Amino acid sequence: MKDKELQVQPKHHVQQGGEPTKPEKQFVPAVDIYETDKAVTVVAEMPGVAKTGIEVSLEDGVLTMTGERHNGLEKGALLLREFDAGRYVRRFTVSENIDQEHIKATMVHGMLTLVLPKIPPASPRRIEVQGG
Amino acid sequence: MAIIRFGDRPFFRSPWSEFERMRRDMDALLQYWGGEGGRGEAMVYPLLNIFEDKDSIYVYGEVPGVLPENLDVSVEGETLIIKGERKPWQAGEDVSFHRREIQSGTFSRAVTLPTKVNTDRVEARVVDGILSVTLAKAEEVKPRQVEIKIG
Repeated sequence: MKDKELQVQPKHHVQQGGEPTKPEKQFVPAVDIYETDKAVTVVAEMPGVAKTGIEVSLEDGVLTMTGERHNGLEKGALLLREFDAGRYVRRFTVSENIDQEHIKATMVHGMLTLVLPKIPPASPRRIEVQGG
Repeated sequence: MAIIRFGDRPFFRSPWSEFERMRRDMDALLQYWGGEGGRGEAMVYPLLNIFEDKDSIYVYGEVPGVLPENLDVSVEGETLIIKGERKPWQAGEDVSFHRREIQSGTFSRAVTLPTKVNTDRVEARVVDGILSVTLAKAEEVKPRQVEIKIG
């Protein structure tokens, strides 16, 4: 694992219903999703997207993350083009035991990290019976 | 920009020379765009976009999750070398993975630049996972305006 050489991962275009309004390429970012006792973490690769370009929304149990790239990576005449630029879009369904109010997003070095904290299981509550 | 050398020109105008020129242009075009279709095996990480203007060459690469201290950019003669390592991104010890699509590992890539560059004036920065290297062209290869005198 240590000395593994990185391979190029081809970018996948978004395959889903609904056409984008802007004639722009949309890509599916590669993600890691891992879970601990406390939270589910989603890490997505979004090179070229600044903190301000990230939008995360949760609606009807569907988590949508989009990354809008900032421009300024084209200068003068093109000599070689190996990667395409575009938006990043990916959606996941989120289970109900996620504390939807406290989802945290951070963006560092082109990597978006979303921490989805779990709701701690409800502790059994004793209900006292009032004597009349 | 097509550069026509004097040696390329036939001494006598042949009726086929125009076709020959077209064929050469098509070859150049295919060579230029060939990379677009053939994504996959032969590609080396990181993928690069390269631009130039009259003073500089601009190289951009996508290196998300690579920390600047793990990235090594050097220029030797007319070759730009980009090396580095991408460490696993912040996963703790006690985690169970549901999806694992992001890779980690080492990479190195060498690119031959189209012109000579001034090796003292190379700037490299990483912003939001994009490496940008600006290389100043060497003085002798910069285009020079030739003044035309009248009279």
